[in-house]
Amino acid sequence: MNAMILLNTMMPGQVILEYSYLLSAIMFVIGLKLESHPETARKGNFWAASGMILPMITTLVLNKNAAGEGIGLVNIAAILLIIAAGTIVGSIMARKVKMTAMPQMVSFFNATGGAASAAVALIEFNKDPNNAVLVTLLGLMVGSIAFSGSMIAYGKLDGKVGDIFSKVMTYVNLVFMAMIVALILLVIFGGFDVQTRTYLVYGLLVLSLVYGVSFVMPIGGADMPVVISLLNSLTGIAAAMAGFIYQNEAMILGGILVGAAGTILTIQMCKAMNRSLINVIVGAFGGGGASNAEVQGSIKEITLSDAAVLLSYSQKVVIIPGYGLAVAQAQHIAHELDSILGNKGVEVKYAIHPVAGRMPGHMNVLLAEADVPYEQLVEMDDINPDMPNVDVAIVVGANDVVNPAAYDDPGSPIYGMPIIDAHLAKNIIIMKRGMGKGYAGIENFLFFNDKARMLFGDAKSSITKLVTEIKSM
Amino acid sequence: MENVLSFLTANKDAIFIIVLSVFLGFEVISNVPSVLHTPLMSGANAISGVIIIGGIILVGHATTTLEWVLGSIALFMATLNVAGGFVVTDRMLEMFKKKKK
Repeated sequence: MNAMILLNTMMPGQVILEYSYLLSAIMFVIGLKLESHPETARKGNFWAASGMILPMITTLVLNKNAAGEGIGLVNIAAILLIIAAGTIVGSIMARKVKMTAMPQMVSFFNATGGAASAAVALIEFNKDPNNAVLVTLLGLMVGSIAFSGSMIAYGKLDGKVGDIFSKVMTYVNLVFMAMIVALILLVIFGGFDVQTRTYLVYGLLVLSLVYGVSFVMPIGGADMPVVISLLNSLTGIAAAMAGFIYQNEAMILGGILVGAAGTILTIQMCKAMNRSLINVIVGAFGGGGASNAEVQGSIKEITLSDAAVLLSYSQKVVIIPGYGLAVAQAQHIAHELDSILGNKGVEVKYAIHPVAGRMPGHMNVLLAEADVPYEQLVEMDDINPDMPNVDVAIVVGANDVVNPAAYDDPGSPIYGMPIIDAHLAKNIIIMKRGMGKGYAGIENFLFFNDKARMLFGDAKSSITKLVTEIKSM
Repeated sequence: MENVLSFLTANKDAIFIIVLSVFLGFEVISNVPSVLHTPLMSGANAISGVIIIGGIILVGHATTTLEWVLGSIALFMATLNVAGGFVVTDRMLEMFKKKKK
């Protein structure tokens, strides 16, 4: 067996194949590096995509199994057919999806990757139940969890799956985790015959799928970005495990890169919300924590014409967009509003909270889609010191990211989360559909602020009316 | 114990690659402006579709029905991840380019 592999690696085809994997790994690294800077990001994506196509071609042409046989013609035809079908379906889905639904889409694609890894691990175990068992089982487990977890995350973001919040889930999950570890140990060290081990492995598959569901289920909707990022890194690890089975460098390096990158992103997201990863996983958020603070003051409304006058005679206006703006597809009309005000000499900026939208940076993508110039987008830390000088802060469909309870109310579940200091502005206009609570399900003290006035209605129609009103002045 | 030792010896190269890749991944990704978090997550997600190579190898040498069925599913799913992932990422990044003009 070893001699055979040694012999194979000496063949020119094998050498080309091996080094194409090295090249591919380098292209992944360059791609990710370029994707970390706004100017070169798109180029980086092309590098990464090319790094994927290259080993696909070389594998198809040059791969040989342990017996030294290449891939047969029938199999090549089947592979090309499946890849063509997958490419067509995948690109159509990716082209058609609305920018607002992007997080769900990423979650869905992550699920398919996890499923693929689990399937690969399952066949490899069937082929040879004794080859790299630990790695194979880990690949199966991680891939299955990533698949079912991502599907639930997809369902939650799409509004198809609700939250099940219960402290009991924490213990249920711990039990599942223990059972999974026990099963893996049984398969490896149990000394069972192949038939029994196969049953155990199918048990592991089912248990992992169930665990993925029960793991994501109790986590609140507001934390989905963190979860998707975490599941994304799991998919990477699953792919790397499969790469380990095949001793395939491109798969190992690509998978681990994603695993590491996903972990870093997850940590950065948790930091943006001032929470620990454990806290997110246990699911203390989104279920509505007990707050002992009394709401003081009352809700005041503002008329369209008052709002139009207020905005037109301001010097500095800050728009604070949230997911509500995206849902109402109001990003284009918001840009029209800022242009009109800009023509009147009003300085308009957008204040972007790191977790505004459904994923970090999601809001930037949505506003970029509406052609809002890059210079007008200001990050939270840069806008907050200037907030007391702002004449009007317009909160559009945002809620938790401007809730002063993060400062004032130690009992609030969002206490300690950095927010945009809308409450420091001289006037606050809040555009909102109704008095419903935010994604985190908690009361917003900003609405009861003396300087705050509400403009109820769908964000898009409200801003449209506001634009008409300002134009007619 | 002997099992562990032989595992560590036999897979030395792969283990080296894994450990160093972790550091590489951390280094490459840190200090990314939050604007790029979503596209980057999406781009990384597309790269995790590298399991497609495993799918090709599987279907390439498939003989039994189980191998054909599971292999085809794996390859199709992985292709969705790769094609969809890169296209979605490109769509997001396209917008950043537009406003540079």
